[in-house]
Amino acid sequence: MTRTYIGKPVTRLEDRRLLTGAGNYIDDVKLPGISTMAILRSPYAHARIQSIDLESARAMEGVIDAFCAADLDAQLPVIPLRLAPFDGFERFLQRPIAVDKVRYVGEPVAVVIAEDRYVAEDALELIEVEFDQLPTISTIEQAAAGNTLIHEAAGENMGTRYTVARGNARAAFDDAAYTRRERFVTNRHGAVPMETRGLIAEFDPEAPLLRLHGATKVNFFNRRHLAAAFDLPETSVELIETDVGGGFGARGELYPEDYLVPIASRRTGGPVKWIEDRRENLTATNHSRDIVCELEIAATAEGEILGMRATVQGDMGAYIRTNGGVVPSKAAQFLPGPYRVPSFSCDVQFLVTNKTPVGTFRGPGRFEANFCRERMLDMMADDLGIDPAELRQRNLLTPRDLPYRIGELVPGDPDATLDRGNYPAALEHLLNECGYADWDPGAETGDGRVRGMGIACFIESSAAGPPESARITVFSNGGVEIRTGASSVGQGTETGLAQICAEFLDIDMNRIDVLHGSTTLVGIGGGTFHSRNTVMAGNATRTAAEALKDRATELAALRWNCDARDLAYDDGAVHQDSDRLTLQELAAFAETRGEMLSADALFDNEKKMSYSYGAHAAQIAIDIATGVVEVERYWLTEEIGRALNPAMVQGQAIGGVIQGLGGTFLDHFVYDEDGQLLTGSLADYLLPTTSELPDITAIALENSPSEFNPMGFKGAGEGGIVAVAGAVGNAVAQALKPYSVSINELPLTPDRLRKLLRGAGA
Amino acid sequence: MKPSRFNYYAVDSIDAAISLIAQQGEDARFLAGGQSLVPMMNFRVAAPTALIDLNGVPELSNVRIDNDGALHIGAMARTRQLETDPEIAEANPLIAVAAAYVAHTQIRNRGTIGGSLAHADPAAELPGIALVCDAEIHLRGLSGARVIEAAKFFDGVFTTALADGELIEKLYFPPWPEQRCWAFQEISRREGDFALVGIAAWFDMDASGAISDCRLAAIGAGDTPLLLDSPAQTLTGSVPSDALFEKAAETVAGDIAPFDDIHASADYRREVAAVLVARTLKTAWERRR
Ligand SMILES: Cc1cc2nc3c(=O)[nH]c(=O)nc-3n(C[C@H](O)[C@H](O)[C@H](O)COP(=O)(O)OP(=O)(O)OC[C@H]3O[C@@H](n4cnc5c(N)ncnc54)[C@H](O)[C@@H]3O)c2cc1C
Repeated sequence: MTRTYIGKPVTRLEDRRLLTGAGNYIDDVKLPGISTMAILRSPYAHARIQSIDLESARAMEGVIDAFCAADLDAQLPVIPLRLAPFDGFERFLQRPIAVDKVRYVGEPVAVVIAEDRYVAEDALELIEVEFDQLPTISTIEQAAAGNTLIHEAAGENMGTRYTVARGNARAAFDDAAYTRRERFVTNRHGAVPMETRGLIAEFDPEAPLLRLHGATKVNFFNRRHLAAAFDLPETSVELIETDVGGGFGARGELYPEDYLVPIASRRTGGPVKWIEDRRENLTATNHSRDIVCELEIAATAEGEILGMRATVQGDMGAYIRTNGGVVPSKAAQFLPGPYRVPSFSCDVQFLVTNKTPVGTFRGPGRFEANFCRERMLDMMADDLGIDPAELRQRNLLTPRDLPYRIGELVPGDPDATLDRGNYPAALEHLLNECGYADWDPGAETGDGRVRGMGIACFIESSAAGPPESARITVFSNGGVEIRTGASSVGQGTETGLAQICAEFLDIDMNRIDVLHGSTTLVGIGGGTFHSRNTVMAGNATRTAAEALKDRATELAALRWNCDARDLAYDDGAVHQDSDRLTLQELAAFAETRGEMLSADALFDNEKKMSYSYGAHAAQIAIDIATGVVEVERYWLTEEIGRALNPAMVQGQAIGGVIQGLGGTFLDHFVYDEDGQLLTGSLADYLLPTTSELPDITAIALENSPSEFNPMGFKGAGEGGIVAVAGAVGNAVAQALKPYSVSINELPLTPDRLRKLLRGAGA
Repeated sequence: MKPSRFNYYAVDSIDAAISLIAQQGEDARFLAGGQSLVPMMNFRVAAPTALIDLNGVPELSNVRIDNDGALHIGAMARTRQLETDPEIAEANPLIAVAAAYVAHTQIRNRGTIGGSLAHADPAAELPGIALVCDAEIHLRGLSGARVIEAAKFFDGVFTTALADGELIEKLYFPPWPEQRCWAFQEISRREGDFALVGIAAWFDMDASGAISDCRLAAIGAGDTPLLLDSPAQTLTGSVPSDALFEKAAETVAGDIAPFDDIHASADYRREVAAVLVARTLKTAWERRR
């Protein structure tokens, strides 16, 4: 009997539990004697703190403790850089609570611990803080001018700045028959997950033990830094995962609260809970995407790209947090995309402003880069009189070009290479699917609206190191457990790993429990980001399953007193002629020998990345008089090597598209010139809802398995989002072609579109 | 996002409500559907010391239609009922159509017409409908009952003619001629969001085929819902046509005073108000029987 699970759209193991209200999210965790923490956050974008008076708050009934930076005697730790830690960033790191100065609206200023959240919020109102307001840096232009310094000791507001290049851009531009230059802006927005962040700390300095519930994403990195910050051995810090209602890259990084909640617990001697409310979430959790890109393209008259030149300026917010320079640096790296761009150079600038710090969000830098480049390609197609799809086909890297060295486009990163694939085929598939050849943009449809179709191509890297762990154990009750260092952020990791384990052990999937992430469950773990769980934890699970079969066979040989080479494994059991020993029986046998039937594996792809790739198409209708755009249909193809669970892959793609439509039309953190966030609730920060959904066709292609892992997986979590603004922007631009307006800035609001149209006399 | 401390009182009659609120002083508030008040309390934008809950006052939910077709809607009638009750739609189809634009089903299940009028968001639908329909608002206070025309009720953003402790008891909508042409249209960022701008309109015809009477109102186009007199003047006495509707639309700018916010500029609201006037009138005309 051979059970097949890989490639099957099996129902998610998590769903019953989560959909019937049996999930265990951080706010569901109740501990005896727990108190609640609330944070007084800066109402100003930039101000010096003259004084903080906590007396009345402390005196209030129900308040257990209150503190601010001045109450914390030891030097406060800084939040470390985890990714893209470029030189210069060390001058802009954040401490968990404001010392002397606040630099963005929402920065923690003081903390109250009380018996419940109501009392805690009442007490926050009693805290008296004297602020001396300072001039605010609310734009990258002001940041660059540097008339006001946000971090005085740094001497500038430029976090860092570098240039990356390949080929000879100057020569390419000098000789080109065609060049064009455009300025693109992508709107500051972010993950805004349904479940806000939350943490519970239990800090016992005597044990010593710091247990932090609500952890996710990169627990082992976070443990190392928390241990250092609190001067504990790493083994005294436990990071415990709960269910997660959306991560999208923002949850699970180290934030100020990851230090403040443990401090609160240490001070009060009991467990302390902090649940981020939505108002906090919108200023306290990382923002993303906020870049301005000056892009130039050079090409032959036939539309063959000769080079690209760019300046990418990222608005980093007030501090550089764990994600370092990922957003602008990846925007720069992905600007050339899936195309043959022999010469490229990019000046990348990281500007510090009085806004919430920036971090990664699903497809960091890629969403931005794809918007800029794909819009530029459509403009060039227009200028040269070439069909946009044809222009792309002329420039996409072909299977013969791959692997293709893209060079060292991020300082400190290894020289990157695009692995094998067939980019033109993925575009071709999309064009057939969306009926591109038959599309008539000028067609009258009778409802007074104008229609457009736009396409965009993308590549998306996934699963860069570090290694990932998996351990499979079979118990004498028949249960099978997988433990992995990867986290689950709601994407179905439990199901995916159980599918792999069940297939390789040839057992019923329902026997399998998947435990993930917590530092108490596994010895090491790489974590969850960069669309890596299926690739890394998936392959680790497979290796562990193979090792477990070997171990089971050895045990059976011992039991039968025979040579293991004469035994066969099938149907969850080891066989010798007509005799069989099931995994369960072998687990029992192992227990009698004082051991467990268990196997460990670590999967290391040695940082060799595979690139998913594909193309998006959007069909839109716009009401010229009101600027209201409806996305009528959406298609995408995404080559992911191999689909572990097509239903979950489909869900990732569709969810990604929807989130991308939000970023294209709605999601926007709007600040005024005083650095006040004007979109401080979900009434003003607009997320896409089910009312706005187009008909989405998501096609996963499995024609080009990854060479860098035995199962051939490529990441499938971000391809749905990364090209949405590009495709939609092109569709809107096509519809508005008669008006010659430039669709260079997101989000595409009715107001913005009307302003452009009004300028064009429409 | 937790409210500050308040006392909660449930009452079962109008009299009890108005005497209790008087006792509780000026920082007490009536609680209707809670869909505007409670979020404001959670943000601590509002911090009432006492809430007088009207949900247990049966007489406030009455809906009645007179023989002449006039419609009485109790203040506690839910938006969802306005949207779905066939008798209300029969008595005044504009109410039902506009109610469907208010928020989402869950919110419409709780939110009330009285709450919407008292809250007086300038972009809210129901205040605009009350205005365009010449509704009368029946108020009750310690000093007695009074009736105020919708046109005199709205003073500014979130402010009305309600005196301290005064309660909206019901709305009276005059009879609706069967032949009336009517329509409502709005533009919002997402379905269910407050309107960026919206237009409600109706007109009646005389025997000669000319417009004998009409009203237009705009929401999201000023500090309060606004009656649009200039287009109404253009229409009255003329024979409906697309050209006439366009001409009427051109006059709207002088009647409105839109503002900039993060969702749209005043310029946008101004031009789209005109677009919607023409479209609303066209839709109304196409609906003639
Ligand atoms: C997500 C969301 C979206 C929304 N979208 C829209 C929308 O698109 N359009 C729209 O119009 N509204 C919208 N609303 C508001 C909603 O319609 C509210 O229900 C309505 O504005 C207030 O009605 P309520 O019954 O909930 O009043 P409450 O919130 O209970 O009260 C509002 C105010 O009115 C006072 N009040 C209530 N009843 C009376 C009375 N009988 N006499 C005197 N004073 C009274 C209260 O004291 C309070 O000050 C939205 C709300 C939410 C939460």
